[in-house]
Amino acid sequence: MNNLKVLLNGIVKENPTFVLLLGMCPTLGTTSSAINGMSMGLATMAVLICSNFVISCIKSLVPDMVRIPSYIVVIASLVTILQMVMQAYVPDLYATLGLFIPLIVVNCIILGRAEAFAAKNGPVPSIFDGIGIGLGFTIALTLLGGVRELLGTGKLFNVTLYSEDYGMLLFVLAPGAFIALGYLIAIVNKLRKA
Amino acid sequence: MVIVLTVISVIAGGVLAYVNKITAGPIEQIKAETLNNALKSVLNAEQMPTVTATDTIDEWTIVYSTDNGTAVQAATDGFGGKLKVLVGFTADGAISGYSVLEHAETPGLGAKAGEWFQEGGKGCIVGKKPAEKELTVSKDGGDVDAITASTITSRAFLQAVNKAYKAYTGASIDGVGSATPQAAAEQKKCCGKCQGESGECKGDCQHDGTCKEGTCKGDGACRKEACGGEGSSEACARQANLND
Repeated sequence: MNNLKVLLNGIVKENPTFVLLLGMCPTLGTTSSAINGMSMGLATMAVLICSNFVISCIKSLVPDMVRIPSYIVVIASLVTILQMVMQAYVPDLYATLGLFIPLIVVNCIILGRAEAFAAKNGPVPSIFDGIGIGLGFTIALTLLGGVRELLGTGKLFNVTLYSEDYGMLLFVLAPGAFIALGYLIAIVNKLRKA
Repeated sequence: MVIVLTVISVIAGGVLAYVNKITAGPIEQIKAETLNNALKSVLNAEQMPTVTATDTIDEWTIVYSTDNGTAVQAATDGFGGKLKVLVGFTADGAISGYSVLEHAETPGLGAKAGEWFQEGGKGCIVGKKPAEKELTVSKDGGDVDAITASTITSRAFLQAVNKAYKAYTGASIDGVGSATPQAAAEQKKCCGKCQGESGECKGDCQHDGTCKEGTCKGDGACRKEACGGEGSSEACARQANLND
């Protein structure tokens, strides 16, 4: 498999949100606006690229029996580093995403890619897989956040498109996340089959 | 097996300690900056205020004395979690401004508290004096318009502001949140007219306490039709139903 194919695979064929349906918790929780969704996607992508790289490097050194604990230690360390860096340099974003940053540790996309891809491939394809899956996740979250923000508040990336009074508040709240996600998955499925 | 896991953990621990050391400085600095910016905005100060003294009353209540006035941080339980506000007071005890420092309210509903009670907002509290009348929402007989569909957040917010005022005056924090019956009775005396400083009746009453043209019922409540515009509130609607 060449690297470009790995990259595209993550964005389209194995899109973590629309196809694999992994990492639903941050997907539903953080996408109240396009910016929030995109930030969460990028934060996850950063961790994913680093964890894929580190794990593919140490895969031959780690015995099978302590594989999962070792991966979790690596992922947790990377997430904690990201958390401290975000707190220090992008405090506004950190305040918005809050609890969802430490929760990246248990995001099944990360461990899933570590197990399914990084543990079987070399460092370079693993980085590309991280970028691909990360981009797929970011695009999906931005799309979902954009739809919810537009329908709920009449804005897109904080730019007002129509008056907030006509917005359906439901879409900013939790039920709107489920409804919007359901429709997006249906649309993506339709497009993939066509 | 044990060795590998130990080595990985030790390396991870070392890296984390190093990153923590690098980021600890900036994180502290940002926390201080956030507080200073909040102090500046709630005190309407032109320059960055310098904190001259802090008085920690309890875990959540802190009084900051600055060269530009006094601001108090207070917290109550909101709808979704702790609601932490910073309230600035002028020398005569009026609210000069506020800032919501921390909240977990519903986005699109209770989370509006950051703008709703500001100057120009629908439930403006800036300039009000908690000493004259404790701040309560119109539903509880007060004169502050609650955020639409977020009465719990509004109540919690005003309670936090009242708490802050209590801390500012140094009184105890007991009995916050109940409207004083006298104040409510006095309002009714003018049958819907706003009362001036010396008790005279002027313009008609809006639920946010400002005066605007409009017909009021004899019981001091605005009628829905007459109130119109920004003065209308659920209290108006309810009263209109009762009276019709």
